[in-house]
Amino acid sequence: MNSTHNEPPRYAIEARNLHIYYDDFLAVKNVDLGIYLNKITAIIGPSGCGKSTVLRAFNRMNELIPSARTEGEISYLGRNIYDPLVDPVEIRRRIGMVFQKPNPFPKSIYENVAWGARINGYRDNMDELVENSLRGAALWEEVKDKLDQNGLSLSGGQQQRLCIARAIAVQPSIILMDEPASALDPIASLKIEELMKDLAQNYTIIVVTHNMQQAARVSDYTAFFNLGENRAGILEEFGETEILFTNPHQQTTEDYITGRFG
Amino acid sequence: MKDTQPLENSSYSTNLPARHRRGNHWQRVFFASTFVGIVALIVLLLNIINSAFGLVAVENTIDPQDLAINDIPIQQLHQTDLVYILENNLSAGLIRRLESETAWENRSREEIYDLVVQRVVEPKVVDTWTLFDSLFYRERITSTLQDDHPEAVLEFRSWLSADFLVNPQSPDPERAGVRTAILGSLWTISITILFSFPMGVGAAIYLEEYATDTPLNRLIQTNINNLAGVPSIIYGMLGLAIFVRVLEKITSGALFGVVDQTTANGRTVLSAGLTLGLLVLPLIIINAQEAIKAVPNSLRQASYGMGATKWQTVWYHVLPNALPGILTGAILAISRAIGETAPLVVVGASTFITFDPKSPFSKFTTLPIQIWQWTARPQDEFRNIAAAAILVLLGLLLTLNAVAVLLRNRYSTRN
Repeated sequence: MNSTHNEPPRYAIEARNLHIYYDDFLAVKNVDLGIYLNKITAIIGPSGCGKSTVLRAFNRMNELIPSARTEGEISYLGRNIYDPLVDPVEIRRRIGMVFQKPNPFPKSIYENVAWGARINGYRDNMDELVENSLRGAALWEEVKDKLDQNGLSLSGGQQQRLCIARAIAVQPSIILMDEPASALDPIASLKIEELMKDLAQNYTIIVVTHNMQQAARVSDYTAFFNLGENRAGILEEFGETEILFTNPHQQTTEDYITGRFG
Repeated sequence: MKDTQPLENSSYSTNLPARHRRGNHWQRVFFASTFVGIVALIVLLLNIINSAFGLVAVENTIDPQDLAINDIPIQQLHQTDLVYILENNLSAGLIRRLESETAWENRSREEIYDLVVQRVVEPKVVDTWTLFDSLFYRERITSTLQDDHPEAVLEFRSWLSADFLVNPQSPDPERAGVRTAILGSLWTISITILFSFPMGVGAAIYLEEYATDTPLNRLIQTNINNLAGVPSIIYGMLGLAIFVRVLEKITSGALFGVVDQTTANGRTVLSAGLTLGLLVLPLIIINAQEAIKAVPNSLRQASYGMGATKWQTVWYHVLPNALPGILTGAILAISRAIGETAPLVVVGASTFITFDPKSPFSKFTTLPIQIWQWTARPQDEFRNIAAAAILVLLGLLLTLNAVAVLLRNRYSTRN
């Protein structure tokens, strides 16, 4: 982590003046947040402060909610992803997502991984891609003999790793994770955390979590969100995880991470 | 804890026995309603079976013994002698018609023997009894028979028979069958399915996955829900106005040169199928919408999250997962359509028709229409064949449903 001080770190994706509304309700207010390349950034904060909303803004998933409206800019590879010329479908392939509840498709394990690549027009060796993706998600050894079994037959933790394998199969550069371990037992949860650290060598990861220890364990950077005026979510503090957890600048951050509210 | 003592001094009243009593009471009520339903169903079935089978008294118009030539009974007569009997006993016109259908030389001996039995001996049912009477009051039946028709022979008859299935309609209840009606029903229902299933599922997909929440779409949704409750006779009027009258050129087949422009008539299988299609369309749409709504949103999210387009999400995830539900709805809708009578009467089903429907532009009758027409006849035998036709309709319905259920199970295990 100290290496980031030596050279100016690059942003993988950056939000500027981000406002998100649900109908007339301002859910997220004026967020400026740069996410460093190939680092794990954790988003923490009390319930209802817009953590997941911000996360979903990074790959335009909020647009699936009819009442949601986004203002501001998110720049990715030098372009604003909210530019009318940008196709959200292309954005979502490059910025993948893993959800809170494991949601594999009710298809075979192989098909779960291969499907995304196929519909995106992948033309190389599919078997190889499936194997590499499952290896990448640390699942290959457990499922290599039962690739034709239904993805739903796996345990919760395996299902979540299958979802990660599925996400990396379409070769994204950023993976968004929305409380990926909150529905899992502590051991499965730890496996996901280890996996996240491995993945960070090749991918930029943004993870929303309720679990402060988890944020402290896995992330390089942490963004603390809080409820501002009129219950609008605001970015209270952002910094290196070590510093934010040991020596926060804001009193509210300290109150939150020490468990005084939230 | 039958003998409920308060565990301690508490502010909860000791009403547990009363709560259990209330629960048991409701359980009995629920069982009773199920029981009444099952009894009603059994009574209905028994009633139909009671009429469809039973004893009949058969009397020959001419005693076969009187037809014997040189003391040789007709069973053993040669073909030429049988032809001779026919020519002597039947009218010249009927002989000419039979001969023009197939010449005597080209008919087998059995065929001619059957003709003699049918047309000359001409056995007639003079009295019928229900299955219940036949089984339990045999004595009384024999005695009344001896008083009323001493010549008649008592025999057990199943009005539902292979002949009944393959014979066309006839004014004579003993020779009438449901072939025309079965074919008419199958043709009509095929057109109904072809029309309403794709349309209904398409509309449901649009309303659930594409349409946004605008006042116009809400109005459409409300209207579809209400249309499901419109009496079927109204759909008959609609079908008459649109398919039979306005679109006559299309529904009669005149536009495609199938029939002559001048005699074109829109009262065809096509009009009937489309009318029933309109009738079940709201049912199919509503059921398909419910099935699509039941697909977990997490699947859609997962699909979109991997860079799938809306169409790919609908095609690969929403539809396969909704399909069992959609098919269940379609089964219910088709079952309703196959039993509908009123709208078809309005659209112009023929009540008497002896030739098979051969294309969508044929005139037609259907099983319910046939049953309705037979039950309206005064003669007892028509009531018997109406009961037999009801059994055929039930059989047809069960077969179609079984096919649909098999299809549904195949699709739901594939996932």
